Parts: sequence; structure tokens; C-alpha cells
Amino acid sequence: MAGDLYNKPILFAIVATVVILIGTAVTMFIPMLTSEMHPKLDNLKPYTALQLAGKDIYQREGCNNCHTQTVRPLKTEVMRYGEYSKAGEFAYDRPFLWGSKRTGPDLARVGGKYPDEWHEIHFDNPQSMYPDSNMPAYGWLKDERLDPASIERRMKANDFPYTPAELSQLSDKTELTALTAYMQVIGTAVTGPK
Amino acid sequence: MSDYQYDNQTVKGFIVSSIFWGVVGIVIGLWISVQMWMPSWNIAPFFTFGRLRVVHTNGLAIGLGIGAIFGISYYIVMRLTKRPLLFPKLARFHLWLFNAAVALAAVSLFAGMNQSLEYAELEWPLDIGVVILWVMFAVNVFGTIIKRNEDQMYISLWFILATVVAVAVLYIVNNLAIPAGLTKSYSLFAGVNSANVQWWYGHNAVGFIFTTPFLAMFYYFLPKSTGLPIYSHRLSIIAFWSLVFAYLWTGAHHIVYTPLPDWIQTLGIAFTIFLIAPSWGSVVNGYYTVGTDWSKMQSNYLTKFFILGITFYGLQTVQGPTQGLRVVSQLIHYTDWVPGHVHMGTMGWVTMTAAASIYYIIPKIYNTHIYSEKIANIHFWLVLIGQLIFSITMWITGIMQGALWKATNADGSLKYTFMEGLSKNYPYWHMRTLGGLIFTIGMLFFIYNIYMTMRRGRLEPAGAKA
Repeated sequence: MAGDLYNKPILFAIVATVVILIGTAVTMFIPMLTSEMHPKLDNLKPYTALQLAGKDIYQREGCNNCHTQTVRPLKTEVMRYGEYSKAGEFAYDRPFLWGSKRTGPDLARVGGKYPDEWHEIHFDNPQSMYPDSNMPAYGWLKDERLDPASIERRMKANDFPYTPAELSQLSDKTELTALTAYMQVIGTAVTGPK
Repeated sequence: MSDYQYDNQTVKGFIVSSIFWGVVGIVIGLWISVQMWMPSWNIAPFFTFGRLRVVHTNGLAIGLGIGAIFGISYYIVMRLTKRPLLFPKLARFHLWLFNAAVALAAVSLFAGMNQSLEYAELEWPLDIGVVILWVMFAVNVFGTIIKRNEDQMYISLWFILATVVAVAVLYIVNNLAIPAGLTKSYSLFAGVNSANVQWWYGHNAVGFIFTTPFLAMFYYFLPKSTGLPIYSHRLSIIAFWSLVFAYLWTGAHHIVYTPLPDWIQTLGIAFTIFLIAPSWGSVVNGYYTVGTDWSKMQSNYLTKFFILGITFYGLQTVQGPTQGLRVVSQLIHYTDWVPGHVHMGTMGWVTMTAAASIYYIIPKIYNTHIYSEKIANIHFWLVLIGQLIFSITMWITGIMQGALWKATNADGSLKYTFMEGLSKNYPYWHMRTLGGLIFTIGMLFFIYNIYMTMRRGRLEPAGAKA
């Protein structure tokens, strides 16, 4: 009798768990087992050590709190940012960095849009370029050196290919350089690397 | 007849802790609201917006929200099972560990250890800590309910049990990661798939942290405060099962128009619309409960907290599904509308309900009366006005932002640069800080009132009888 459910806590919890898992299975777990959820563009390359270091800084500083990385297939959005985002662009992002708020502009197509110097000036003092900008300054990143040992662990965790030479070059690079390198690769797989 | 004793110290400990973390989270919220219009308030590296915002959300969701859930659930579970907690020492340790974990969590987020999963930012060692905390909670809740002295489980216990199992599943799955050292990890899930897992988690964190435990409080404390029985037991059964069934399908409405397969988005949107029904089941139940005697709104100061709280829950659960629709999402998604929406739920429903529950509990366990109903009324009006200013301002800004981003000239070119759109937000962002400030002052009245109530009363050593 159904009324018994409300004086049998273990049974109640089991039934509740099953009820909760139905939607979980249909919308999350079963799709995960299909190739539809694991697409990869032919042009998409794993991050280099420098780019991964930059992506980690992007995450550490919480850039995704104000910047999205997904262009919706809407007319004005494509006009503003560029080609709408494709499912196969994000296979090396663990996790995805689409974000949910655009206090600043979307960055899905920022790669190759400006020269490196532009980014370095902008990170250093956003208001020098855009007086009305509310972005914090990140000039302090140019005083922070990269740590090749830590980045090697991260490359391994991601199973990305790297060479010892590539790692040793990192020790005289700054976090600002890494972040800029990451900026320049975002969204470039659609057209191929520049 | 009853010689058992309730463990009131642990309940009180969690309530005081949650208020403490609440103050921290709210102050940081004010701070980041100022950073929105005054970038010089960013202090690198630890106190920039990108780091502080996650301290704000985690501090309030875990520190205030889960702290209140632990303490108030223990209170409710003991009363509804007519017995003390099965493992009172474990509950004490739980309290201690909770505060240590929240403190460590805050420090780690200031330091930039961040998984970039919304509402699951904590890195893996802290995730393990959160899971341990949750298991401790589950053991006591299940153990106490199994050994209960009351045959039937009241509605509130259903919601608490559902919370315990759902949060465990959600939190563990979404935080699965490959460590790369103690302070950094990479999600087990990548790309589109990780987005789907994250928003399955993210939306249901709202469902099973900000909804079901607070409905447990609502169903328990509304009848307790007013002396009116819940209007319909049958309605609460229907509302409960349809709510916990439908919630898990809806996460994809957070990523409408992204590269996530369309069918998952559409299914998510459809279930989101359906979710209005069970949500309003509880709203209607609340209204009809008080509907038998609306004079309680005047004669009992707590009634208005619960009724306004459930009203904002009702508005939230209509606005949310509306936002999920593609035609609405394409205008307001990614704008300030969304924080406006979230804060109606958190400031209007969650905090209102938690505060009212605490107003009920503290005099009970201190064997006294509330220090001042007048101060409670001032608190009520300030948090109500503050929240309305905040939310309404953000909805207006959000629609404006969405419209400016879409505006085109006669020749079809974009009318505004991103910067031109951003510049127009400043007056609204000022207003948001004002709303937040009024809300904060309201919360200070609440804290003062609770503090004075504690001072005038005496905490029963290990609790009094029922």
C-alpha cells in the first residue's frame, strides 16, 4: 500500500533516488555514452604547454565569471562576435568555459582578433583603452613566472603531448605571456590555426 | 511523559555559524557590487571580482545555506521523530568540521583554486571534505529517522530525505576530476559533455539546496507558527513527487542556443515548464493554509515572512521557466537579468524562510520570547525593499542590455558597440548596490534581534522536552 512508503524511510529514500535518477539517466548519463556528446573538429589541436598555462590562469582568475565563450547562432551575435560556436571546438576543455554572464564581451572568437601587444596593454590597464570599462587590471601577471614542473603535471593530467624543450622554455616566460597565448588560440579551430 | 532531550547546542551552533558566514558572504556581495561600477575596488591578486564572486556564491550557498540546512534540519528531524539525534557527538564534530571546511574553502577560493564549475568551484581535496560532511549529515538524519518514536514521517522529512540523496549524487558526479597536484584538477568530463553534466548539477543544486530543504522548513514552521494545519496532505504528496521527478530533467535550460544537442535543450525547456505545477503546488498549499485565517498575517509576525517567502518562490518558479523559453532566453541570457532572477530566490525566498525559521527556533531553545517583534518587522520590510530594488533594477538592465546587443541600424549593421552597451549599465549597477545595502541593513536588524533574544534567554543544557 502506498501509504506505507511514508513510514518506511529506507524504502522511501530508495524510491526517491530512483525517481531522481530517471531524468538524470535520460538527459545526462545516456547521452554521455553516445558519440554525439564527444565531437571534435579536425582542426582542433591539444593545448600547448604555454596555452594550457594561460588557460589555467584564465580559470584561476575567474575570467569566466564575466566572459562567455560561446557564440549563439543568432544573427546579431554572429555579426558581433563571428562564426557561431560548434560542438567540436571544446574537446580539450576540462571543463567547458562557456560561462553564463557577459559583463564583458564574449571571447569565443577572440583568438587572432588582436595582436599580442594589444592584449598586453589591455590586461595591464583596460581603462587606458576603454575608459568606461569595469574590468580589473591584470598587469601584475607580468611579474609572475611560470613553473614548468607544475605545468608538466598539468599536461600529463590532460594527456596533452609536449616536449622537454617546450617546457624548459617556459621558465623565463610570465603569466601574462601565457594568458595572451591562450587568448590567441581560443576559437581558432573553426578556421584552423593562423 | 517524554524524558528525552534534544541536542540544542548543535542546532544553535549551526545557526550561529550560518549567520556568521552569511555576514561574510553578504559583505563580499556588496563589495563585488561596487566593483561592477568602480574597478579600483579590485585588489589584486586575492580580491578581484573573478575571485571574490565565487567566495560570495560559495560563502552564501555553503556557509549560510547549507549551514542553516544542517542546523534547522537537525531541529526538525528531532521534533518530528520525537527523539534526540542518534549520534549527538557526531553532530558536534559535524559542526566543527563544517566551520573548518567553509573557512578553508574561502581561503582556497581567494587563492584562485577554482574548478570553474558554477557552484562547484572547490578543488578536489575540499570536495572530499564536503562529501564527508554530507555523509555525516546523512548518517544522523537516516539513523534518527529509522529509530524514530513517531510512526508517520511528516512532509518535511520527505523533503529532507530527498535532499540528502539528491545532493550526494549531484555533488559527487559533477566533481569527478583528474588531479594535477593538490590544488588543481581537470574535470573528468570535457567540452559539450561537461557543460551538460555541470548544468544538470547546477540547476539541481538550486533544486535540492535552495528548494527542497527550505520547503521542509516551510511545511514545518508555517503550521507551527500559525497553529494552522497544512491545507492539503494530498497536494503535498503530489507536489513532492512531481517536483523531485521533474527537476532532474531541466538543467539544459541554462545552455540554450549553445552547441549542446537541440533535443536535450528542448527536453529541458519542456520539463522546466512542467515544473511550474509542483512548485505552485506548495505555493497554493501555503496560501490555502493561511487562507483559513488571514488575520494571522497581522497577529503572528512570522506569518508574513513565510507567505512573502513562498510568494517569491512562486514568482521565481514562473520567471525561471519563462526564461528557459528560447524566445526569452535569446534576449535576457548572459545579461544582468539572470542575477536579478537568482537574487529574488535567494534574498526573497531562501533568506526570508531561513530567517523566519530561526526566529521560531531561537526563542524555543532559549526558553524565552523573541526580543522584539518590532525589530523583526523592520528587518522584514528592509530585506523586502532591498531585494525588490535589487531584482527589479537588474531585470530592467537585463532587458536593456539584451536589446542593445541586438539593435541594428537601417542598413542591418550593429547599432551599438559592446562598450556603448556597457556604459549604459552604470546607473542600474549603482541602484543594485543601494538595494543590497538596504538588504544588508535589514539583516543586521535580524542578527541584533537574534543576539538579544539569546542574551535574555538561557539555552537549555541539552534541551527541554517537546
